[in-house]
Amino acid sequence: MSSTHPETNVPPETAELQFWMTDDHHTESPTLLGFWIYLMSDCLIFAVLFACYCVLGRGFAGGPRGVDLFELPLVATNTAMLLCSSITYGLALLDMQKARRASMMLWLVVTALFGASFVGIEIHEFSHLIAEGATPQRSAFLSAFFALVGTHGLHVTVGLLWLVILLFQVGKHGLIPANRRGIMCLSMFWHFLDVIWIGVFTVVYLMGVIP
Amino acid sequence: MNQQSNPQDQRGHDEDLIGPHVTLKGYLQGFVLAVLLTAIPFWLVMGKVIPDARALTLVITAFAALQIVVHMKYFLHMDMKSEGGWNMLALVFTFVVVMITLAGSIWVMYHLDTNMMPGMMPKMTPEQAKNLP
Repeated sequence: MSSTHPETNVPPETAELQFWMTDDHHTESPTLLGFWIYLMSDCLIFAVLFACYCVLGRGFAGGPRGVDLFELPLVATNTAMLLCSSITYGLALLDMQKARRASMMLWLVVTALFGASFVGIEIHEFSHLIAEGATPQRSAFLSAFFALVGTHGLHVTVGLLWLVILLFQVGKHGLIPANRRGIMCLSMFWHFLDVIWIGVFTVVYLMGVIP
Repeated sequence: MNQQSNPQDQRGHDEDLIGPHVTLKGYLQGFVLAVLLTAIPFWLVMGKVIPDARALTLVITAFAALQIVVHMKYFLHMDMKSEGGWNMLALVFTFVVVMITLAGSIWVMYHLDTNMMPGMMPKMTPEQAKNLP
């Protein structure tokens, strides 16, 4: 002690100062931080797709425009589905932290149903567009639209698959640390996709119908 | 570590995986704010409340930015303390890269379009055009 701090002439009894921050003693798993950094890299993928859409979004090539194609009531329903699934996932997380397994699984099933309705509505919308001839090949605007919204929809589908697998895992093994970790990671993934959807409905749908 | 062997530290490290502290009140507050911040821009656009397109674009962009902050705070539980600040550091870094990507792409490509218009081309005779390097 005295060799490292020559100027402090404290008596040896009180020399045992705590140089570490005691309230920083959180031995949380590094998985959550690692998963967060994955999400940030995913965010960059979406940033590039948004940039693409912003650049190409007015390249209609004489084809249909956003105002001709988008049905805002359907988009609003879809947004509501995703928003509701976010709150029900939060309720599931609350139950997990209080170790109420059955109630948690119920909320996760509700989340999965909302997520499935979102994917279902999006598939309905895409098939409707393609039936009208608004395919990705039609114009630069439609290529960028399908790339951006399709990538988001694919993410939600994978999240849904993950959710079903986790439900089976929890049903079989209970709330073991591995499952709790998975539910925490999926929670971040799910809320992150909701954040991306805010950008999608604002930039693509709402701005698309503004003349 | 040996000096602080209170019963709580006897648990395995995996048991410490509690994640952020979440409350029902926090989720409900976030949900109400998110619903409001979603409903208002939809109403503005569908009801054609603001006739000026540029002003309407700016307003709904502001609502989206606000809603992203609400989701980050109430649903993703971001603050300066989670994971010792590393979460926030990664987020700030990503935000900077995202802004450079978006603003840079839009700026460069819009100017490229403008400069490719026929009016911007220097006047030259067909012979000069053939002898271009």
